[in-house]
Amino acid sequence: MHGVEGFIYPNEVELQWSVLIVLYPFITGLVAGAFILASLERVFNVQAVKPTYRLALLTALAFLLVAPLPLQLHLGHPERSIEMYLTPHKSSAMAMFGFVYLWYLMVVLVLEIWFDYRRDLVLAKARSTGVRRMLYGVLTLGSDDISARALAVDDWFGRTITIIGIPSAFLLHGYVGFIFGSIKANPWWSTPLMPIVFLFSAIVSGIAMVMLLYIVTTRLRGERVDLRCVDTIGQYLFYALVVDFSLEMLDLIHRLYEADESLKALDFMVHTRLWTSQVIVQIALGTLVPIALLALMQFRMHPAREGTRGRQAGVAVRALRSLTEHRLALYAAAGGLTLIGVFAMRWNVVIGGQLFSKSFLGYTTYKLQFATREGLLPAILLMLLPFGILAVLVKVLPPWTGAEESASRHVSAV
Amino acid sequence: MDQDRRSFLAEAGKYILLTGAAALAWDNVLAGTPEKAPNYTATDHWWGMVIDIDRCIGCGNCVRACKAENNVPLEEGAFRTWVERYEVDPADMEHPRVQSPNGGYDGFAGIDAPGEGVKVFFVPKLCNHCADSPCVQVCPVGATFESPDGVVLVDKDYCLGCRYCVQACPYGCRYIDPRTHTVDKCTLCYHRITKGLTTACCESCPTAARQLVDLKNPSDPVHAFLRTHKIHVLKPQMATGAKVYYAGLDGSVR
Repeated sequence: MHGVEGFIYPNEVELQWSVLIVLYPFITGLVAGAFILASLERVFNVQAVKPTYRLALLTALAFLLVAPLPLQLHLGHPERSIEMYLTPHKSSAMAMFGFVYLWYLMVVLVLEIWFDYRRDLVLAKARSTGVRRMLYGVLTLGSDDISARALAVDDWFGRTITIIGIPSAFLLHGYVGFIFGSIKANPWWSTPLMPIVFLFSAIVSGIAMVMLLYIVTTRLRGERVDLRCVDTIGQYLFYALVVDFSLEMLDLIHRLYEADESLKALDFMVHTRLWTSQVIVQIALGTLVPIALLALMQFRMHPAREGTRGRQAGVAVRALRSLTEHRLALYAAAGGLTLIGVFAMRWNVVIGGQLFSKSFLGYTTYKLQFATREGLLPAILLMLLPFGILAVLVKVLPPWTGAEESASRHVSAV
Repeated sequence: MDQDRRSFLAEAGKYILLTGAAALAWDNVLAGTPEKAPNYTATDHWWGMVIDIDRCIGCGNCVRACKAENNVPLEEGAFRTWVERYEVDPADMEHPRVQSPNGGYDGFAGIDAPGEGVKVFFVPKLCNHCADSPCVQVCPVGATFESPDGVVLVDKDYCLGCRYCVQACPYGCRYIDPRTHTVDKCTLCYHRITKGLTTACCESCPTAARQLVDLKNPSDPVHAFLRTHKIHVLKPQMATGAKVYYAGLDGSVR
């Protein structure tokens, strides 16, 4: 048989879960990560990341709307998926999906965005005419009161929802990890660490995505990027990456040391079929390089120390200065590599978990097609769709006002 | 009088409407009940299979009979039952040479040069109809279920085709039927065993290596067989409550 090495069970020739199922945890991970970044500002009142607060919420919404699409496209009978709501099987982790998803979408994300934007919506309605006025009228849900007292209530609700939202975001993505981690038939998946590893890589990817989007959208609008904000996000990304990497290494070391019956088969797989995507892309390029870049950035010149320029012109100082000056590009590079690394991690889990036979005696190959229902083309389109949705959301609900205020505050403070 | 006629019509209309609705509802109820098998009470049975490794000659009759009886696609990657041939060097049990060309459908070609002291045997496989099925556990809508008589079945009209059960089965017993885009697997010939027949694979086995057993039937000869043989199930560490019992199974079999 083509692409098969050694012995696999006769029914294992075809891979069950395609690149679309790789997209699904990647996308929900971005949702959870973006939301957690937004929550940091709200609950812990981190002023520095305020310019990205609303952008992060809208990013989470745009990706959450797309999250079920790859699943639908993958199902043999998408028209029956409603049965997951009507007759959920209580022992199935997957049946939980519909409920966690709806809870997260409607109760957490949409409500939080609504409370946060209500004042803006009322003002936008007052400013506009015609269809736009009608649109904003509908979006306010007829709640036009923007007195100080009403806004205080909005704020209280927004805060409360955020507090509920953080565990919900953990649940949303932790449960995706559980879908894989709870399959005892598959030793590549079956580990209680899986939900935690998924969660931290989700946080990592969400932070990286919002940071990149912030840099790109600010540049596109011809505004100045708030470096203090990017520095802070970069710091979060660094910490999250270190935790994520430690967890993944713990999993690896545990596997190597325990060396159960599956180890030889899995070890062979990592050294052959998964070498590029796991060792080169996920671990080296996608994790170690960004960790190194971000670690370097922790030594950047702080504004207070920049006054010492010129007097000391040692190599180290010059390097440090150049690092400080080019840090936006370096942050962008670290963010981009991180996203690639997390995508590779999803790939290695989902596809890697199906490349070896459950007999541990052989391997099969994933043949990615292009313009088929589960091919590369629909995967690319699905990955672009959230950005289209985000563009629309940003038009209707501009997230920038806060950013401008903060930026001007920052400039005046300097 | 007028008033009477009006109320009569209203009452009658109500009943006609209700009867129609009740008929529709009843149809719906009936649709969920299994096909009637006279004199068959599911709770009186507990089905499984016994496979005697030493009797299997690898002829592939069972695979062919199964595909014909159950209309299983003839292409690769679609088997309700299949046969594997093991060649094991007793000094290196961890690396058996295993083959199952076309699931054993066409039988097996002779081995040109079996190594010195290498033992060769066949292992017929099928769904283990586990009492604690991991595949049933994960199905998001309950389209796959354990029947009261211990058979794991799939409702094709309900299956979403999400393939989670295929991932969850440790034995590789499930496949996606390319015609229906739903999952398919061994039903233990449920349409036959509920009518007092045996399965197609057991019926066609020339050496009686496979035997359908009803563990709740005290007069089934399987009880004597299980008592007098060393019995093993596949991957016991998976704790699935597998009900395909192998006599003479080698430790090298995965």
